Amino acid sequence: MYVAVKGGEKAIDNAHSWLAEERRGSTDIVELSIAQIREQLSLAVNRVMAEGSLFDPDLAALAIKQARGDLIEAIFLIRAYRTTLPRFGYSIPVQTGDMACDRRISATFKDAPGGQVLGPTFDYTHRLLDFKLAADGNDTVAPMAGPRTEPTPHIAEFLKGEDIIQDEPTSDDLPGDLTREPMEFPSTRPLRLQSLTRGDEGFVLGMAYSTQRGYARNHAFVGELRIGKVAVEMDIPELGFAIEIGEVELTECETVNQFKGSKTEPPQFTRGYGLVFGQSERKSIAMALVDRALRWKELGEDNLGAPAQDEEFVLSHADNIQATGFLEHIKLPHYVDFQSELELVRKLRREAEERITPKEAAE
Amino acid sequence: MSAHPQFSGGFANAPIEAAHAFRAAMTVMARPGEIRSIAGARPPKPLSQAAGTLLLTLCDPDTRVFFAGATDTAAVRQWLTFHTGAPIVEASSADFAVGTWADLQRNSNYRIGTPEYPDRSATLIVECETLAQNGTTLTGPGIRDRSQLSLPDVAVFQDNSALYPLGCDFFFTCRDKVAALPRSTQITAGS
Amino acid sequence: MAYLDKPTDAERRQWMDVLARAPEDALMALWDKVQLRPTFEWLRAPEIGGVMVRARTGSTGAPFNLGEMTVTRCSLVLQGGAVGHGYVQGRSKPKAEVAALVDALMQTTAADAIRAEIISPLSRQMQDARTKRAAKAAATKVEFFTLVRGED
Repeated sequence: MYVAVKGGEKAIDNAHSWLAEERRGSTDIVELSIAQIREQLSLAVNRVMAEGSLFDPDLAALAIKQARGDLIEAIFLIRAYRTTLPRFGYSIPVQTGDMACDRRISATFKDAPGGQVLGPTFDYTHRLLDFKLAADGNDTVAPMAGPRTEPTPHIAEFLKGEDIIQDEPTSDDLPGDLTREPMEFPSTRPLRLQSLTRGDEGFVLGMAYSTQRGYARNHAFVGELRIGKVAVEMDIPELGFAIEIGEVELTECETVNQFKGSKTEPPQFTRGYGLVFGQSERKSIAMALVDRALRWKELGEDNLGAPAQDEEFVLSHADNIQATGFLEHIKLPHYVDFQSELELVRKLRREAEERITPKEAAE
Repeated sequence: MSAHPQFSGGFANAPIEAAHAFRAAMTVMARPGEIRSIAGARPPKPLSQAAGTLLLTLCDPDTRVFFAGATDTAAVRQWLTFHTGAPIVEASSADFAVGTWADLQRNSNYRIGTPEYPDRSATLIVECETLAQNGTTLTGPGIRDRSQLSLPDVAVFQDNSALYPLGCDFFFTCRDKVAALPRSTQITAGS
Repeated sequence: MAYLDKPTDAERRQWMDVLARAPEDALMALWDKVQLRPTFEWLRAPEIGGVMVRARTGSTGAPFNLGEMTVTRCSLVLQGGAVGHGYVQGRSKPKAEVAALVDALMQTTAADAIRAEIISPLSRQMQDARTKRAAKAAATKVEFFTLVRGED
């Protein structure tokens, strides 16, 4: 027999107090400020904004502090906060072609107009630990050169002129929003991109890597990668016109993929697209590869049965808050469920033993 | 302030007033036949205070609103847009439709939901001359034995409840009073 | 305060863009200096909310929802009748209030003073910050050179 019990309030309160104390760590060490996290752990802040799906660096920094640096816990906090915000509306689609680029590189065209601008990248560092940072920090000042004032054109524009790359026709179809309507399959490309941009970086990276290793390989080149700020505009009904309501930092990756043609499409280059809040280079490249893999049906390619081609598999498992919620709930009390399983196994065991014992008794 | 009617007439203290209004809306929907006061908004004519307060409480940029007949004025549209950002649409795609019963009845294509998503249906806010606990008899979920409400029609509401779990839901508004009729309620004429 | 002629949409948009993106401390510091404290009534008290940012597939294709950003907005009316709207990025109610006051004052005879003491300096500061970043980016632009091969 099982009796429901209630309790644990005292233990939970004390656990919360201990959590707060452990979060603070030794009081001999100066406490971290939100501004320090925002400025000095900015790539962690960016990841929390991207996967929390809310651009607000101060909030993301607070979440990281509260979560003791557990980024998925921090993303959870941001997602929870996000649901409390009244939605004022939807922006006009941002113009990434007008981005003020901190970084802009192309693996396909050396001499692209605007040039190869490396920006503050890890790429050419030697990945050797810098013990100077442990000692006395850093006050390096970045050199400056004559700033570019005009917008930097997208690489894909050049290939378009030759009609050798698949077009992205502009439309004004209203996209679905998975924060408002549950995802249904088959999905649409706009919904897939929304799901991928807020998906877990590790998961999207793993999926993208699987395509590179041969599970629906799509021969991707990074046509262009750019990082920088873009203005966000929204129509304000009471004004009757659009204004800028702010700016967001974005990382955009467009892959150019070799494509031999299909029943419906001539041989040409195709495209995969990644766009992520903040400086999130790995994520946006991975997103572009997975986006391209998921486009097999639209491009008339074969379904090779690869995981990255299966949109239900990819989109249903990309969200780390859904995943961690379901995963971690199994550590919470399941006393009743387990009690019934225990009864069942005991009964099976008894029956099995009874089948054996009569024989023994007869001997 | 009268120079800017579209900007005035909102909640003075939105979180509190919207919470009270939501409570009233929820209560009348859960207890068909019950009449409650609902106030806070001062909408442009011809909207009643109750209908205006419901709109401010229930609408945002994701809820599509249809104004039927006399309620569809420039002042009403601007007022709703400023305070809620709700898009104004045709009857067939509305989440909320507002008007007198006669005006609302000129359309018969309100959304009734789908078998997978019965919630994708319209809620009609019916402006009434009077609202009283007499007339039609109501039975069903949320009603102990029976209740009564002065519905503007009988057959149409009976047809709607026959669609259950699909169908529309209704609020009835009159000055600062509100009542409701969900699709789950059974309607019989007279008392 | 007297009304001016109605500003054109483009003029109003220009100063509202600046106010939306201005760093809070910079705006507040300039506002503190102007010493104008007009009486006003709220039409919509400051509220914090989200705006869903949209982008386009492949940068030019169909729109999709990228994620939200925080925005604070409010609306007010000055005693003289000028209506000001504040829409600012982030979660600062004081900043939204000042933005709405500045928007309202820009429609009155105080416009020239407000432009000189708030809008223009803010605009300059923001442009300077942008130019400085662009200059750092420019310094990381690769200058390719070709190694000479052979003798012909």
